Amino acid sequence: MVLDSLFVYRRFLAVSLRAQMQYKASFLMQLGGRIIVTAGEFMAILVLFDRFESLIGWNVYQVAFIYGIVNISFAVADAMTTGFDLFGDMVKTGDFDRILIRPRSTALQLAGQELTLRRISRLTPGLVALIWAAMHLDLTLTVANVGLLTLSISGGASLFAGLIVLQATLAFWTTETLEMMNTLTYGGVETTQYPINIYRPWFRNFFTFGIPLATVSYFPALAIMGTPDPLGTPLWFQYIAPAIGIAFLIASLQVWRIGVRHYLSTGS
Amino acid sequence: MISYWAIISARFRSLLQYRSAALAGLVTQIVWGMIRVMIFQAFYSSTNAEQPMSGSDVETYIWLGQAFLAALPWNIDTDLRSLIRSGGIGYELIRPVDLYSYWLSRALSWRTAPMLMRAIPLLIFAFVVMGMSPPVSWAAAAAFFVSMCAAILLSSAITTFLNVTMLWTITGDGVTQMTFGLILIFSGMLVPLPLYPDWSQPIINAMPFRGLVDTPYRLYLGHIPVSEFAGVLAHQLVWILAFIVAGRIAMARALRRVVVQGG
Repeated sequence: MVLDSLFVYRRFLAVSLRAQMQYKASFLMQLGGRIIVTAGEFMAILVLFDRFESLIGWNVYQVAFIYGIVNISFAVADAMTTGFDLFGDMVKTGDFDRILIRPRSTALQLAGQELTLRRISRLTPGLVALIWAAMHLDLTLTVANVGLLTLSISGGASLFAGLIVLQATLAFWTTETLEMMNTLTYGGVETTQYPINIYRPWFRNFFTFGIPLATVSYFPALAIMGTPDPLGTPLWFQYIAPAIGIAFLIASLQVWRIGVRHYLSTGS
Repeated sequence: MISYWAIISARFRSLLQYRSAALAGLVTQIVWGMIRVMIFQAFYSSTNAEQPMSGSDVETYIWLGQAFLAALPWNIDTDLRSLIRSGGIGYELIRPVDLYSYWLSRALSWRTAPMLMRAIPLLIFAFVVMGMSPPVSWAAAAAFFVSMCAAILLSSAITTFLNVTMLWTITGDGVTQMTFGLILIFSGMLVPLPLYPDWSQPIINAMPFRGLVDTPYRLYLGHIPVSEFAGVLAHQLVWILAFIVAGRIAMARALRRVVVQGG
């Protein structure tokens, strides 16, 4: 059953990719533009470190490493959940009914709706920053480091995907996607690409305990870099923290199911 | 002239309808402003060295940026795009007004109405809750006002130029996305321009984008003294003129070979 789902998912994606490559010039320009925007944020970090030299004890490589993890995670989540972004419109037009009558899970169909290639643009600056930082920080490729980095990025991608699913779920009740939820996703990226300890306590706590974005970026990054946490968390916590992101996605998908059960078609 | 005024005011009134979107935008921008302020405060607390701009000036600069964000040329007019796609552009061509001035008038209200709806409540919030500072003097306030009007005009001229490129590309998304990237980096939205490395200052100052953000905000702060007002305003006006001329030429070229889609 799982293998079959993966197979269907792959087919969905192949169709979507072929469709996007039909408009090559426009696609390439958009990709270029988006890379400039995301790279701009990285450049801002470099400019500020050039001016100020340090950020309350952090150096530019440590911040670039965290920036890399967050942006890679978000790029993966964002590319995989385009269908959920468009979900508000599907509810309004009644198109969601068609999804319901197909013999596959609704979440799988929406995730496979479209793999928007240009959204991967965030990946490029993220990867560049991560590799550049890893080289300057002299990180060694141990099993523990690679494993934790993978867990951190999968946890991050899951957490962002969970947020986007929750945002879409709200549309079952409001029949429109709530733009305000973007504050959590994009604002979350903006916030957690810097070390979380630079913010005021209430704000930092919100992104640790409320929307646990710090648990998939800041804490595991510290463990990989071998930097003791100024906030004083123990090493074992930094290792298991990213799992919270995966738990968040599972919980979000449960809420999604409740939403589907409450769905009343707008008809027409 | 009266007909352009009518275009501006009709479009203005229709744009003022989107109040709930404005509220959502307001909350987003307040949160965004707070994040950025905290990041800059952290950087400023890490150094004792003299910086080209004071920490409190940077905070006010950030809040001005959030307040006037909607005035930036960040997207294209989707109504015009559907006209170009559907062939409705044919009707635009037979209107008894100059097409370029018509599009520029549309852009002017499009950049002003949503911006005003967000700017006023956001500025009140920033003054009362976040401790944003007022203009340094009455003269600075006046200079800021004039320069901000020029910034909106510059933004509208860039918007119109982007709209004109749609006559070639039909979607316009690619060009807009690229331009927006440049604006983000070189206007001061991302990092206030005085904080960029010293060697890059002459290059950044020559580019048009500082006229959208950096010029009016620094006049407000007194970081550009009123005595230099004429010079920086001239920089804005030259670029406004350049974008208008470029837009007009591009439009004239495009219309010579326009193919009306649909039938």
